[in-house]
This record gives sequence, C-alpha cells and structure tokens, in this order.
Amino acid sequence: MLAAIMNSTEAKNLYRTDYSRLKGELAGHGEAWIHEIREAAIARFAELGFPVKRDEEWRYTNVNAIATIPFERARYDIEGLAPDTVGRASLGLLETSQAVFVNGYYSAELSSLRGVSQDVKVGGLAAALNEGAEWIESHLARYASYRDHAFVALNTALMQDGASVYVPPGRIVQEPIHLLFISTGGKKASVSHPRNLIIIGKGSQVTIVENYAGPEKGNYFTNAITEIVVGENAVVDHYKLQRESDEAFHVATLQVCLGRSSNVSSHSISLGGALVRNDVNVVLDGEGGECTLNGFYMVSGEQHVDNHTRIDHVKPHGTSRQLYKGVLDGKSRGVFNGKIYVHKGAEKTDARQTNNNLLLSLDAVIDTKPQLEIYNNDVKCTHGSTIGQLDQDAIFYLRSRGIGVESARRLLTYAFASDVIGRIRIDSVRAQLDKLLAAKFQKDS
Amino acid sequence: MLEIKNLHAKAADNEILRGINLTINAGEVHAVMGPNGSGKSTLAHVLSGRENYEVTAGEVIYEGKNLLAMTVEERAREGIFLAFQYPVEIPGVNTTYFLKAALNAVRKHRGLKELDAMDFLALVKEKMKIVEMDQGLLNRPINEGFSGGEKKRNEIFQMAVLDPKLAILDETDSGLDIDALRIVANGVNALHSKERAMIVITHYQRLLNYIVPDYVHVLFDGRIVKSGDRQLALKLEEKGYSWIEEQVQKNQPVNL
Repeated sequence: MLAAIMNSTEAKNLYRTDYSRLKGELAGHGEAWIHEIREAAIARFAELGFPVKRDEEWRYTNVNAIATIPFERARYDIEGLAPDTVGRASLGLLETSQAVFVNGYYSAELSSLRGVSQDVKVGGLAAALNEGAEWIESHLARYASYRDHAFVALNTALMQDGASVYVPPGRIVQEPIHLLFISTGGKKASVSHPRNLIIIGKGSQVTIVENYAGPEKGNYFTNAITEIVVGENAVVDHYKLQRESDEAFHVATLQVCLGRSSNVSSHSISLGGALVRNDVNVVLDGEGGECTLNGFYMVSGEQHVDNHTRIDHVKPHGTSRQLYKGVLDGKSRGVFNGKIYVHKGAEKTDARQTNNNLLLSLDAVIDTKPQLEIYNNDVKCTHGSTIGQLDQDAIFYLRSRGIGVESARRLLTYAFASDVIGRIRIDSVRAQLDKLLAAKFQKDS
Repeated sequence: MLEIKNLHAKAADNEILRGINLTINAGEVHAVMGPNGSGKSTLAHVLSGRENYEVTAGEVIYEGKNLLAMTVEERAREGIFLAFQYPVEIPGVNTTYFLKAALNAVRKHRGLKELDAMDFLALVKEKMKIVEMDQGLLNRPINEGFSGGEKKRNEIFQMAVLDPKLAILDETDSGLDIDALRIVANGVNALHSKERAMIVITHYQRLLNYIVPDYVHVLFDGRIVKSGDRQLALKLEEKGYSWIEEQVQKNQPVNL
C-alpha cells in the first residue's frame, strides 16, 4: 500500500501547489487576517523545507519517510469508519461531552455536546472561523510559531478544521470535554492537519481530553496543533492520548500559554504510530503560574517516538514540574528532549524535570537530553534522566513466589509506569489505559 | 521429599558447590551452617532455580521429580519457598496485589479455586498474626522502606500465606535484634508441621536456640563436611569455624 516515493523538493512543492489550489476554499478564506497568516506560513514552509538531521531539534528523528510520500489531503470519510469505532475509542468518558473529528473534520452527526452548558462553546474550528468569531481572530495561530517549525508552518497554511473550545470566565466545567480524532486510513496515504484552539477564561476550570485513534493498520499522516490559552487564575487539566495505526505518522505541537496564577497539568500518552513526534511548549507568561507536564510513552517493534518539551519561565514565581517516563521494547527508538528556559525577569522560578526510561530489549534505543538555560540567578532548577532495564533480582523474587516470568516482567513494567499513570485524575481514563497497556504487552510478547 | 546427590554448581567460572549430598524428609528441620563463602546461599539459590548459577554435575529429586528441570516459578508452585537473606525492594508493586497474584498462581497449579479479594483478605489477616505484622505494610510497595526486621517478618508472612512443602530460610536471622529474632523464630515454629520440611541456613548458632533442628550440617568449601544433631551446632559455636577449616586443610576427617 506504500505510495510512490518523491524527493523532498517534490514533496515541498506538492504542499505548495495544494495550498495555491485550495487557498480560495480554506476555512475563513474571506478574512484578510487569516489569509495573511496562511501566506506567511506557506512562505516560511517553503524556506524551511522538511527538517533534516543537521537541524538540532531533529537530530534523532528522521522524517524522510513523511517527506517522501505524496500524501493526499484527507477527506471527511464517514463511510470509511469501522463499526463502533467511536464507542471503542470512548475511554469510558460521557458521550454527552464528546466532539468527534473524522480525518480532522468536525462531525456534527457523531458528536454529542448535550452535556456541555450553552455558554461553553465546543465545536468545529472551520465553523467558528467562518462565523468570524472574535475570540478566534485574537488567538488562532498567535502562539504556536510557524517561524521555526516546518510542520507548524504546514499546518498553519493548510489547516481546515479541528476543535474550538471557548470557556467564558468563571465557569467550572465538571465533565471532561472529550475531543476524539479518528483517522480512517483509507486506501491511499492521506494527511490531515487538525487544528485546535482552546481558550479558557479567567478563573475557570476545565478538563480536556484529546484522543487520537486510528485503525490497526493504515498509512496516513496526522499533523496536529493545539493552542491553549489559559486565563488568569484558571485551572486546566489536559490529556492527550495518541494511539494511531501501527503504520501512521503523527506530528503534533501542543502550545500552552499560562496567565497569571493559572495552573495547567498536561498528560501526554503515546502508544501508537510508526513515527511520532510530540512537541509540548509551555510559556508561563504571568506571575505565579504553575505547570505540571506528565508524559508516558510505550513503544515496541520498529516504532519511533520523540517527545520534545520546552518550558519558558518568563515571569517571576513560576513553578514547573515535569515527569516523562518511557518503556521501549523490540527495536523501537525513543527521544526525549526537555528544555527549561528561565528568562531574565523570572525570579523565584522553581523548575524540576525528570525523564526515566526502561529498556525491555537489547535493541531498543533512547536518546535523552535534558537542557537548562537560565538567565536569572534567583531560581531553583533541577533535572535528571535515567535509562535502565528491569531489575533481575526483582524478577527472581516475584518468580520465586510462583508468579510466571512474563507476569513478573509485566508487573515490574507497570510498576515503573505507575507513578506517572497514577497522576491521571480521570478514573475511567486510567482504567482504560491499564487495559491498553495490558493489550500492548500481550501483543508484544 | 528432597534428595540432593553430588550437586556441583558454579557462578561465572567459580565452582562454589563441589558435591553436596543431602536427604530431607517431610516434617524434618535441617540446619545448614558454615562460614562466609562456604556455599550456603548458593545452595539455597540453586534449589530455588536462580539462573546466575550453573549446575555442572549431580541431581536434585524433589517429590520424585527432577527439580533442576523446573523453572523458578514451577518450583514455587510445586511448594518450594525461599525466604531471602536480602529481600528485594520493589517500588510500585503493592504487597497485597503481589501476594494475591502469587497465591492464586500457586493455587491454580495445585488445582484449587483462586481466592477472591474477600477470602484473600481474611486469610492474610489470620497469617499476619503469626509474625505480628502491621497490616499497614500490606498497602505499601513490596519491602519498600521496610526495616530489616520488617523485611524478614514479611518473608515468613509470605511463607505462611503460600503454605509451601519445603521452606528454605536463607540467613533469616542475620541482622536481627533479639526481639525481632524471637518473633521471626516463633513464626517459623508455628509453621512447623509433619507435612512440611525446612532447611534453615544460618551463620550463627543463636537462631537454633529458637528453631530447634533435627539435623545440623556443616558446609565448608562447597561440601558438607560434617552432619549431626543439635549438639554439633553447640560444639561449632564453642570451637569456631576456623577449627573446621584447619582440619579440612590438613585433609583430616572432621571430628568434633
């Protein structure tokens, strides 16, 4: 099913041609402001091209496979959905707070938002753009920078739809808002550019679950961006679960901007995909902001997963806590690159970063690189990373009590992941994840 | 129950067991004593199936079966229990969860019904009394942050729950103060039965004041150089291991 191979110049041109052909029909095409942003983004993409190994941020992740496949633009293909796809991907969350996207396009027929109160706006970005909503214009594409990231530029130029969420000030949204992105993975390799904008008003509180799912097999490419703008004193709990097809490519940027005294937890869980790159960028843009970044990745076979995070402490009294953990089996490869950047004005910053990796096979590889850049003396920052194998003494201990060797390995792997999984505050998501991990284990062993 | 014949084993290129012969019947308590490096712990680990050791000669028959052909977990399910000299700390694995999984694996193997959470808890509560263990420890990760005494009690507690036929206690007394030693020894004695055999490995005679063995064996340089009853342990305490060493090195028969 692998499509024809191009060289990367041809690929670049393919997307530029796509853009020229489509620009008159893309969402919000009548609006000058978005048109200007798209023009700038495609021009920047043409300059940057697809990243190569000598780009420092892409040293360990080769995107040649993405650059050389002539992906077709994905369509809204509801017939392509396997029966009960939505049900199986539901994570046990309430179906009445669920927005479903098929190949990146909002599906009104599959979504149900009855449980979401009227003044909280959840829906498709294309519709919000075409309506000319003021909050879209002031925020969309103002945070995720297309200047230095080719995939962000590509998404910004070609984005069509995705999720838009607007929570007005002072609202406590009880039920998690579930944004479910399903790829159908049709016969031809296709690309979607989901674009999500989430605005949380002052003093509000909300839980958002971004859930990317696909068929077991299928060669497609998801190039997603989520921008979250967190108002003063607001609290956001964000989850991203990625379990694309075994043959899929997934490149995504989560860009979060924190207002004064706001509090954000991000949980990024990556299980699927052949080649996955997650960028999580957080800017603590107001005094006293607090962010927690939790991450878990578990890969096997020939999967490649790259987690790049960057936390910018811009204002004083910011706190960041980061724990990323990875389990790598088979010939899989992982990358963790975590940067903490403390700006000149960010006194009393308190930042901690940890990355722990468990290698289950001799052929699995992880490159881990924690980085601190500090331009202020009055801060407290620590970072550390570890790479290890399962403890043979512990395996023997468990087996000596009658537990089988595979169960012992599984138990110890769960144990390794347990603290980061335990930080998931939605019970049903945690329970579902336990099942997914068990299934992944079964498949691999 | 257990027959060890001419057992040789090595770790890396180092021969540690050099011909062990030992027969153990149900209901018997055998003490194995010996100086550091004599092969006591190696014997315990070889019997439980530790893969770091290679058996180079000899055989071990357990309940009529070839023990050396069984995996670690098969031996455990067949009723062999090793109380570790250094119990392993396993962060992230809850003690209750672990023990229930272990017990049910053993029960399944023996054709018994697996216990549900309620029945398991009732069993556990009863067995905890044997070693005066604090129930709070059950909700903690295995051995994590336990004191030395708590770890050893936890071993005997697990033994009580798993109900083995052959228990091997590897220096269970080492590092314990007298109160902890008494509690652990009382626990072991409470588990003494006609059906169960025990191998008590120790460096010190002191433990044998509390756990009275039927037989005492002295292990030196990978061989049992002397066997006897409890009096042997007392003599050994009096004369010290160096005395045995001298005799062995002079190639003299060991006479106490």
